[in-house]
Amino acid sequence: MSIIVDGDTKLVVSGLTGREGTFHGLRNREYGTELVAGVTPGKGGHDVDGVPVFHTIKEAVSERGANTSMVFVPARFAAAAIDEAIDSGVRTVIAITEGIPVHDMLKTYWKAREAGVRLIGPNCPGVLSPGKANVGIIPAQFFEPGSIGVVSKSGTLTYQIGNELKQAGAGNSTIVGIGGDPIVGSDFIDVLTLFEDDPDTELIVMVGEIGGDAEERAADFIAENVTKPVVGYIAGFTAPPGKQMGHAGAIISGSSGTAKAKKDALEAKGVRVGTSPTEAARIAVEVLKASA
Amino acid sequence: MDLLEYQGKQLFAKHGVPTPSGIHATTVDDAVKAANEIGYPCVVKAQVAIGKRGKAGGIKIANDEAEARTHSDAILGMDIRGFTVHDLWLEGASDIANEYYASVILDRGEKRLLAMLSRMGGMDVEEIAESDPTAMVRRHVEPGASLDLEVAREIAYEAQIDDDVVNGVAEMLAQLADLAVAEDATLIEVNPLIVTAARQVVALDAKITIDGNAMFRHEDLAGYTDQSAQDPQEAMAKEKGLTYVKLDGNVGILGNGAGLCMSTLDVVAQAGGDPANFLDAGGGSKAEAIVDALEVITSDEKVTAILFNIFGGITRCDEVAKGIIEASKQIELNVPLVVRLDGTNQEEGLKLLADANLPNLHQEKTMLGAAARVVELA
Repeated sequence: MSIIVDGDTKLVVSGLTGREGTFHGLRNREYGTELVAGVTPGKGGHDVDGVPVFHTIKEAVSERGANTSMVFVPARFAAAAIDEAIDSGVRTVIAITEGIPVHDMLKTYWKAREAGVRLIGPNCPGVLSPGKANVGIIPAQFFEPGSIGVVSKSGTLTYQIGNELKQAGAGNSTIVGIGGDPIVGSDFIDVLTLFEDDPDTELIVMVGEIGGDAEERAADFIAENVTKPVVGYIAGFTAPPGKQMGHAGAIISGSSGTAKAKKDALEAKGVRVGTSPTEAARIAVEVLKASA
Repeated sequence: MDLLEYQGKQLFAKHGVPTPSGIHATTVDDAVKAANEIGYPCVVKAQVAIGKRGKAGGIKIANDEAEARTHSDAILGMDIRGFTVHDLWLEGASDIANEYYASVILDRGEKRLLAMLSRMGGMDVEEIAESDPTAMVRRHVEPGASLDLEVAREIAYEAQIDDDVVNGVAEMLAQLADLAVAEDATLIEVNPLIVTAARQVVALDAKITIDGNAMFRHEDLAGYTDQSAQDPQEAMAKEKGLTYVKLDGNVGILGNGAGLCMSTLDVVAQAGGDPANFLDAGGGSKAEAIVDALEVITSDEKVTAILFNIFGGITRCDEVAKGIIEASKQIELNVPLVVRLDGTNQEEGLKLLADANLPNLHQEKTMLGAAARVVELA
């Protein structure tokens, strides 16, 4: 097993006919993901390298049995595309698009929750279950199949840690990029819950950054609900208050949300936190070997 | 994007939120003219996106034309906690009977808007929370709905707002919640929300943050410049479409991806260095973006060494290497540049750099090694 995407994933890509959508959609297929359809309103009946394109996601679900949707639509139309996916009958929606207005996401977040559809992102690199399926833009060559689950707000930081794990001889069950926006469909807690229930995952690496209180909430959740070892890493110790650091969510306002507050919260609940991506990977491998 | 007070008040006026009318000025002469038009006493207010302007001497009452000139002259160009005053707002002095606090913010954790109200206005939220935690009444707004006037009244009663103005205050709170949705605001703070001697409810200040991702549907706000980007390097980076934040140190930093870049700052600081900036070259950085980035970093005279920390996913290391080589032809690099290239097309990138044999360029294999090296060279 693994979580969110696996051998049963039947992928439909919203925006498959766009430049990025084509590139990454076909890359995901090349990796072994079953890419069953694309959706672009007005381009139904066409195909992208043999993948049939429909006007609507509903058609992709009924005609091709799609169960997972990836959204690669420009920001101003992306929330509507996610909403359409939620209504179409897929069980999982992975939104890569960056720059979706936060008020749009507020509505879409609750719509997904009410429909019982798992939403990952937006502004995330996607989900990779090594050896099984890749949905999104994560470069799969840095990850091997294995038993470490990774959940992260940041893309490149995850690649860095994944690569260090690989070099240390460890692999991953699933890598989940939850995205760095203020409102994302799935938080650390949602993904930690899935990893806790996944028999293939023995240890979880959680990569956070400044802003919000998702890491603090996760710390409390881990203490109560997660039996598997969790290793943390937090970026942004040197970030000045009031400044936004790239990710829309990465901003410190006032005293809460600092990297130190997050590290302290995690450590107070027994989570070991690495001071660098390298150290976090080293601790993860060490803990994994000790528990084996 | 943080709006200045006067821009916020203009938004309030647009949405019918009672707020003093006033005049925006950028020169002393215009300010004096505005004050004469408004009449005396008149308040001269520094327009900077930072709190505690009053304590810094950025808010003064003028009782006549001479005072209006003196105050405007003193405040324009003043430095308030790192922000230079370029704009003034002049409005008639208000006769204040009560000072309350009201805000509507995006609560990320709860995924809802949060409305807050307190009878203790004039001080900041942290101070209110510290002096009396019960004095701040908080209530979430149901997603997709307005703040019901009935609920707003409950909040006002709970906050022990004076009975005679409960309706007015509740109405303003509901208006602020609607405004947040209509204008894509993630924060609206009115502090103080005043009751005048004539018992009118008025928003005397306005602190508004608009979601930058939503600017495409707010053309009227596009003309408001983001005051947080006043620094010359930040302005230059913005022009080039780079995500850059100026810091105080001397180690220039470029990374790809916000998370990795933040992490790079941290490991440089751990190695004993002092980062000069945050610069996220983004995913899929092309050679041209690298040239732009180097130009921005080297324009900061404090920089004595530069670190490029690249983990190529979508970004290709050979593209980054080409960018560095191209930049070294266009810009004279007077400081050492430490480069760590890892990931996609790493071999090609490393070879390109080795072949170019650039002076002042140092390659490192690991992120930690690169951090230690750049600190040593800085």
